Amino acid sequence: MEMDPAAITTPKIKTENLNFFYGGFHALKNINLNVHEMQVTALIGPSGCGKSTLIRLFNRMSDMTPKTRAEGKIMFEGGNIFDAKTDLVKLRRNIGMVFQKPNPFPKTIFQNISYGPEIQGCKDKDFIYHRVEESLKKAALWDDVKTRLHSSALGMSGGQQQRLCIARALAVEPKVILFDEPCASLDPISTAKIEELILELKKNYTILIVTHNMQQASRVSDYTAFMYLGNLIEFGQTDRVFTVPKDKKTEEYLSGVFG
Amino acid sequence: MKNKIIQACGFALLSACMIITALFLAGIIYFIAVNGRQALSWQFLTAPPLNGMSAGGVAPAIVGTFYLTMGSVIFALPLGVGCAVYLQEYSAGGRMSDIIRVAVNNLAGVPSVVFGLFGLGIFVKFLGFGVSILSGSLTLGILILPGIISASQEALLAVPVSFKEASLAIGATKWQTIKRIILPCALPGILTGVILGIGRAAGETAPILFTAAAFYKRGYPNSLFSEVMALPYHIYALMTEGVNPEKQTAIAYGCALILVAMVALMSSLAIFIRNKYRSAYGNGPRRNYNA
Repeated sequence: MEMDPAAITTPKIKTENLNFFYGGFHALKNINLNVHEMQVTALIGPSGCGKSTLIRLFNRMSDMTPKTRAEGKIMFEGGNIFDAKTDLVKLRRNIGMVFQKPNPFPKTIFQNISYGPEIQGCKDKDFIYHRVEESLKKAALWDDVKTRLHSSALGMSGGQQQRLCIARALAVEPKVILFDEPCASLDPISTAKIEELILELKKNYTILIVTHNMQQASRVSDYTAFMYLGNLIEFGQTDRVFTVPKDKKTEEYLSGVFG
Repeated sequence: MKNKIIQACGFALLSACMIITALFLAGIIYFIAVNGRQALSWQFLTAPPLNGMSAGGVAPAIVGTFYLTMGSVIFALPLGVGCAVYLQEYSAGGRMSDIIRVAVNNLAGVPSVVFGLFGLGIFVKFLGFGVSILSGSLTLGILILPGIISASQEALLAVPVSFKEASLAIGATKWQTIKRIILPCALPGILTGVILGIGRAAGETAPILFTAAAFYKRGYPNSLFSEVMALPYHIYALMTEGVNPEKQTAIAYGCALILVAMVALMSSLAIFIRNKYRSAYGNGPRRNYNA
């Protein structure tokens, strides 16, 4: 694994010799990856390369899949998240996630956002209202929904629902946001809005995004990691990876030889 | 052409199945309504039986059936939902939960008279509750428990995993997720189990035969430990005992009509609650909750 000389920012998350198994299947092979603070890191690669598996490890959503096993470390804020004493609730408040398909709760728009602060035990109505407003503003959704906060979230368009999910993640004030193919089910206009939003959020959050769309990776990310068959093939600044890929596989993938 | 004829035949066959089923259902209701109608009167609903069951009303039996049914639901609902949540959310896929699942399904197939004997042995004798509302409710509760567990499990299973993931991913605990997201979403399905349970509990005779029911009891039950009259058992008694079969038969049909009406009434309450939750949680994308 090489590092670009220019890539000297603080790693927010660092994986060390990370291996992951689904039963007997070795899904991630010795991954060493630095996720840099206040930057967007894109994970790209063909289907089944392990990029979604990897992103779901950072907030331990992988725990939901039975018969899996992780080896190695993921260092976040001085601790290994696989430590037995890791508080999953705290970890997931720090590392938020936006999923492939918009998954708002079947509740009102307001309740979708207030859920996060509420489960943390916040009872102050004014505080919650402000948090909801602030989160919706950050997700560029406030103007769309401010007059119908108390109507169903399921009545929104797919793109709005996805931005609602982003707002919901922001409402618990995470430091890192994981995007697992956030635009996979969206039309081009909604996709553009999400991408714009990611560039905006980058100012305050560390972002990791899995995407099938290479153009998307080149548009939104500062760093790109190319994965293939469970290996991290190449990692570096996006400009460099896209213009002068060092590995032949990366070059082939980026030029569409396979994918 | 040939395919079209086959399709027409298939459709006719399916229609016939539906019509035959509907006819039976309508027939039962018509039969009970016609025969039971003569017995109905205000007095029938509000007065106790007179002249060795051949006159008067069946009010104590109505009250008794209501208590027993409600008692069984109050007992079985929390127990069944709790059990289903445990099986579905905490031990899903485990060997133990598979065994419990099979056991629950088998429990549903046990004849009701066996539940009656069990209730007699455990609640009436061993725990010393006597022949009482409490013993009867608990026995009926166990009888409807498998149905409530299965319905609840199905309902929990139907809650999209993506809701669960979303909740956990913003730092909710498993319990918060269950309480605030999964259970509300599953509630309509759970209530379907309750509705079926109500019908079953109200109508069963064998389980209360030894545990709760009295052929005749003066006055109304005044505690959980009272013996009670109950409609299904009352029907049975009217048709098999006594000295005035003609009048008793008419009263029995009246009881049957009331029993059907009661089940319909209690079920519609549950259906009402279910629909209220359904509209709040889901079906139909363009629904405004607060409007």
